[in-house]
Amino acid sequence: MSEKVLIKGNEAIGEAAIRAGCRHYFGYPITPQNELTNYMSKYMPEAGGVFIQAESEIAAINMVYGAAGAGARAMTSSSSPGISLKQEGISYIAGAEIPAVVVNVMRCGPGLGGIMPAQSDYFQAVKGGGHGDYRNIALAPSNGQELYELTVKAFDLADKYRMLVMVMADGALGQMMENVEFRDREEPLIVEKPWAATGTGMKREKNSITSVYINPDELETVNNRLQAKYHEVEENEVMYEEINCEGADIVICAYGLAARLTRNVMKSASAEGIKVGLMRPITLWPFPKQAVGALAEKTDTVMSVELSAGQMVEDVRLAINGKVPVHFYGRTGGNIPTQDEILDKIKEVLGKEKK
Amino acid sequence: MPVRLHPESLENITTHYCPGCSHGIAHRVIAEVIDELGIEGSTIGISPVGCSYNNYKYFTFDMLQAAHGRAPAVATGVKRVHPESIVFTYQGDGDLAAIGTAEIIHAAARGEKITTIFINNAIYGMTSGQMAPTTLEGQVTTTSPLGRDPKVQGFPLKMSEILSQIDGAVYIERVSMHDVNHILKAKKAIKKAFKVQLAGLGFSMIEVLSTCPTNWRMKPVDAAAWVKDTMMEYYKLGVYKGEDLEV
Repeated sequence: MSEKVLIKGNEAIGEAAIRAGCRHYFGYPITPQNELTNYMSKYMPEAGGVFIQAESEIAAINMVYGAAGAGARAMTSSSSPGISLKQEGISYIAGAEIPAVVVNVMRCGPGLGGIMPAQSDYFQAVKGGGHGDYRNIALAPSNGQELYELTVKAFDLADKYRMLVMVMADGALGQMMENVEFRDREEPLIVEKPWAATGTGMKREKNSITSVYINPDELETVNNRLQAKYHEVEENEVMYEEINCEGADIVICAYGLAARLTRNVMKSASAEGIKVGLMRPITLWPFPKQAVGALAEKTDTVMSVELSAGQMVEDVRLAINGKVPVHFYGRTGGNIPTQDEILDKIKEVLGKEKK
Repeated sequence: MPVRLHPESLENITTHYCPGCSHGIAHRVIAEVIDELGIEGSTIGISPVGCSYNNYKYFTFDMLQAAHGRAPAVATGVKRVHPESIVFTYQGDGDLAAIGTAEIIHAAARGEKITTIFINNAIYGMTSGQMAPTTLEGQVTTTSPLGRDPKVQGFPLKMSEILSQIDGAVYIERVSMHDVNHILKAKKAIKKAFKVQLAGLGFSMIEVLSTCPTNWRMKPVDAAAWVKDTMMEYYKLGVYKGEDLEV
């Protein structure tokens, strides 16, 4: 059944999870993602599922470890400080190769920071966060519909690769009400999980879900297998949106809310005769390295716009590899860059380039 | 003919535990109980962090290895997915009574239908004998070299007494494994705890006073005597919750 509703982003994520077949959700209150936890407390039981308000974010991620390790589609959600607490569990989930979905409705930091929107958990999501050599798939929606679609996709990717998938929203996307079309899929992806701890039923060999290997060679073999899997994800799952980059005066790299602002800037810049392109990574990891690198053939100037002090810009620079200048504009503290600020920065950068 | 058959639920392999350590006995007792209840195929265990971190290798049923202290949260996730399964955590004193106090208390408070086997040997074994939350007053460890001084390091935690205050906990008993008689009593308690779960009554925990001869710097025989003469003085054996429970 398909239906279009006016709904808060946080609630759209919850509905997406339920429609993706998630029946186990473990949460803990933190602003600005509370509507998601509230939604799950009401609608998960209605869907015949389990909602638990855990004693901490740490417990919640470990409940996910248990539920997903036992074969269920399981999810937890939080916001930045809570996601920091979950990092231990996230590393264990990576090590034990458990499919799980974690939603981060980002707020500003560091520390307790504030409750306003931010994109300053990029490093944490794509560069590790927890200990050890591991990767999470990180998806970056930029509107209500994408919150829905990418949350559904997160469960499929998690099951497909036995990986943790993070949905990287921000406080503004989570709080905003938008029209979202809930689409039930005709053929939901059903992945067999013969590895899960379900009880042997005396019908098969036992399953051990673990991330501990004391023997160095054994652990290196596990790591090599993980790296091979991550490489496969990099080959197959990169998603991005590219608009008007060919021959642009400047290409803005931005994701989520920042990309949305940039779309408006493109219009106002165009009115002033400046051609602005947009490169919008949808998968923050795997990062669209090739597509971003290829921008050097399409434009003379690149700029990353973020709600951070400059995080994704490092990956943009790595991909561009010095071929064209890569600039940065960002705001922190929960401030959102205005379209005028971005346009002014574009003019400043292009003026400098001309000199 | 062997006098006692090797339990079906226990792999027939050598463990890594030190001579005189109670872990091996506790494993065997759990396996015997699971055999006797006929629940091997529906049991899912949670391994802790500590000396028994890899005890999933020793049991024949499905298990998940959990982060330090988080076993009750992991067990909660498993049990809520498979409510018909028998789910138990196996945790030491550092795991359960220090880093994992929040998880154990809230699993009990929710009345999770899981069973916890709590191995209390008053010391951190795996990491070479540091002071545990259950280390006794005056006990020498590598991080209380002058003996635990309550004025400096505070007091040992009595987890059975604490958990028995929680409404969601229905059966709490402290047992010991220092001699055959007590091992048999411990087995009876562990069996009852699993039966409480089978009956769907709520949270159950058996605290097992255990030996750690290596880190106590004692011979196994002396370690067993120390449990009887010293540990049992502070940690009184008995049923703390569910005395009259019929299962």
